[in-house]
Amino acid sequence: MPAKINTRFAQSDAYISQLMRDVRDVPAQGAFPMGRRTFFKLAGAGAAGLVLGFHLPGEAFAATAQAGKDQAMNAFIRIAPDNSITIYSKAPEIGQGIKTSFGLIIAEELDADWNHVVMEQAEINPKVYGNQGAGGSTSIPRAWDQLRQAGAGAKAMLVAAAAKQWKVDPSQITARDSMLSHPSGKSATYGSLAIAAANMPVPDPKSLKLKARSEYRLLGRRHRGVDDPKVVTGQPLFGIDVQLPDMVYASYTKCPAAGGKVKSFNDAEIRALPGVLDCFVVEGTGVPAEVMPGVAIVAKDTWTAFQAKNRLKVDWDLSEASKDSTTEFSARAKKLAASFPGKPVVDIGNVDNAFANAAKTVEAYYEYPFAAHAPLEPQNTTAHWHDGVIEVWSPSQQPNRGLANLAKVTGVKEDKVVIHQTRVGGGFGRRLVNDYMCEAAAIALKVKTPVKLQWTREDDFNHDFYRPAGYHQFKGAVDKNGKLDAWQEHFITFTADGKKEASGANLTENLKYSTIAPNLRRGTTMMPLVIPTGAWRAPGDNAQVFANQSFMHELSLTAGRDHVQFLLDAVNTRVPELAPKDPKTVNFSPARASAVIKLCAEKAGWGKTLPQGSGLGLAWCYSHAGHVAQAVELSVDANKRITIHKVTVVIDVGPIIDMAGSEAQAQGASTDALSTAMGLQINIENGRIKQQNYNDYPTLRMPFAPKVIEAHFIQSDNPPTGMGEPAFPAFAPALGNAIFSATGERVRSLPLRNLGYSV
Amino acid sequence: MLRLQINGEERLVGDDVDPKTPLLWVLRDHLSLVGSKFGCGVAQCGACTVHVDGKPVRSCQLTVGNVGAKAVTTIEGIGKTPNGAKIQAAWMEIEVPQCGYCQAGQIMSATALLNSTPSPSDSDIDAAMAGNICRCGTYIRIRQAIKNAAAKSV
Repeated sequence: MPAKINTRFAQSDAYISQLMRDVRDVPAQGAFPMGRRTFFKLAGAGAAGLVLGFHLPGEAFAATAQAGKDQAMNAFIRIAPDNSITIYSKAPEIGQGIKTSFGLIIAEELDADWNHVVMEQAEINPKVYGNQGAGGSTSIPRAWDQLRQAGAGAKAMLVAAAAKQWKVDPSQITARDSMLSHPSGKSATYGSLAIAAANMPVPDPKSLKLKARSEYRLLGRRHRGVDDPKVVTGQPLFGIDVQLPDMVYASYTKCPAAGGKVKSFNDAEIRALPGVLDCFVVEGTGVPAEVMPGVAIVAKDTWTAFQAKNRLKVDWDLSEASKDSTTEFSARAKKLAASFPGKPVVDIGNVDNAFANAAKTVEAYYEYPFAAHAPLEPQNTTAHWHDGVIEVWSPSQQPNRGLANLAKVTGVKEDKVVIHQTRVGGGFGRRLVNDYMCEAAAIALKVKTPVKLQWTREDDFNHDFYRPAGYHQFKGAVDKNGKLDAWQEHFITFTADGKKEASGANLTENLKYSTIAPNLRRGTTMMPLVIPTGAWRAPGDNAQVFANQSFMHELSLTAGRDHVQFLLDAVNTRVPELAPKDPKTVNFSPARASAVIKLCAEKAGWGKTLPQGSGLGLAWCYSHAGHVAQAVELSVDANKRITIHKVTVVIDVGPIIDMAGSEAQAQGASTDALSTAMGLQINIENGRIKQQNYNDYPTLRMPFAPKVIEAHFIQSDNPPTGMGEPAFPAFAPALGNAIFSATGERVRSLPLRNLGYSV
Repeated sequence: MLRLQINGEERLVGDDVDPKTPLLWVLRDHLSLVGSKFGCGVAQCGACTVHVDGKPVRSCQLTVGNVGAKAVTTIEGIGKTPNGAKIQAAWMEIEVPQCGYCQAGQIMSATALLNSTPSPSDSDIDAAMAGNICRCGTYIRIRQAIKNAAAKSV
């Protein structure tokens, strides 16, 4: 039964799809053009001198500078008389280490003493900071130039102030560890110069000489996370930790089948429960990315709100609710796969000819399930409606988008929306959508005091924006030289609006850029879906690379070739031809791709003899501007129990900012990918999510995690790109290819536990 | 009125708090000790782990009325114990946390492990830490940090 298109769900899906495009549409070769922003002098800073920065006129940052106090050098940097320096991180910390990396980039160019830098989260103000989101591994490439210029610009002003005081040429002054010195023996701390520096002319960003990689003292080394001391001692950091005077607590209950509306609920019974302060229906906008209808319960503490939620009995109007079924989707996809669509998405060369004349062909069908994000911090937001202002504290990956989201949901103007960004207990793409933030604001409109909306874990599983399932029918051909000659791929996927793929359900660009078959045809068939989908760590790539790179292994085996050689031969060298429209957003390089594959093979010991029952698998991807190859060495016993002996990850994301953090992302993404490949799936029946908590969703635990994950980085002068996502996608196919090498059994569906495997 | 012993101090919990309330929510909402985290509510993730009389306990499952006079130690107090301090230092030394949300629970489980098993083997670590989920996948560093801390306690 094809689902009826729900226009507000389609609107929500269009919003998320656009968000994902915006997130991805980053000039990977450069960064945010500073030319659009100007250095200028803020008026009204008074006797403290001038506060300078990357501001637009009229911003409130001016008010923070006072004589004898800390000097704000710009929106990112404040220098105190005791020479301590505060650096503001403009984007959310979701575990990707950005608060540390952003600080390091500024401190490097500022030549600040890192041991006396304090990192703070910046307020949400895109007029001052530009983009303040975290997603798509784009935080670093977007901010690279902006942050370096912030550091170098402030340093240039400090140097100018010292040169004036000492009556020397600025070029003779050396900066190091928050100190300036001159060959004459004169020296001064940044703290002592800050007021004078703030009075210096603001340099033209173009005039700033940024450091060469060889001059780095901080970047590329291992650093401790700036919030670690608070994390390990349990200090308040996360959204869930927000406490405000007179705060009350709320739960919110939506229909378990997406799209259901509240007809009525046991209002009197809930209201009478001890500790319950209020309960009411929130109509919402009916848009999943904003506020879906539900029942809010406000109570004196979280537990009371949860207990009352358990007693809640809602009569739902299910007329527009989802009736999606994953068993039905699987069965339909398998049938649809046989009929290649009339209009291919890509059609290069002559695929039919190639198949007719091929030395060998192979066909295979791959599938993978829906997946939930399940970040460990359940969704929450604290909201306070006061004085015509809606003020929120929220663990969001897109706090800047929250301004417009909340303005729409509450009906106030954007300048009456204040958003404080907290540390985020895991993102993985889930918190690109601000639904929980919008819900908290909608509830706050009816509550006179600050209110913390807290989702349960079950709420989180029921109301995610899931990684869509996908189904791939492949046919490939190799020529008489054993090279990839033809690739036909029929992708069966989902649509929310009946016209285009649902968010995160489109053919990823990984294959478009990374691998080329001389004869290439790809087509898409879409099944209607009501349940909302979205961005899940390395959207698209996280599962499609599994299918593509596993099938590549099938092809190399069919060809009787060495897999690494086969992969290298198939690296796309025709990028400009394929991507004439988006040369700025694609930094794919055949040389960088080949280099990671070769180094990975070398580091993993490709070609070595392994014992019976052991196998080595290798796969690679171009994902989120990173070039990555991964290898898995494992053994499989008679009961299909897998032991992972070693994981090798080779990554080229340009120069490394924080080596400890980058290695952590390589290790974490590999572990997350193993977890997902082994056990994770979301099943939907009659529009309801079957998995309700971690006991149904076996997230990998300590005893099953790999003990050896080696990360190797190929560093270069290419602009740095992000580490959050690229080390995820190639893991699963490396695992599947290794299982084949060990056992001769091809893995064509995930999760592996459905095939009897365990770790 | 309940009198709790938390991190070496007596903390009072008023009669307005239902004794059936899990210790986790009393710590978080009533005592401003927000280091212990809510992750699942069903003792699956371990983010809420505290020590009760030295034993690791999921505070989302222990009602506050059943705590009695037992000594409760939370992440906010564990650094005052020798093994807690070593574990915290080891966590920072090799940069264990990613998002950091699970780490309070991980540290409480790891400290309890060192208290009972000063030189844990890999299988000791597996057994002691299996109840704590890290969604970011920091297990490899947690294992190393526990070993590093243990090496320092010898």
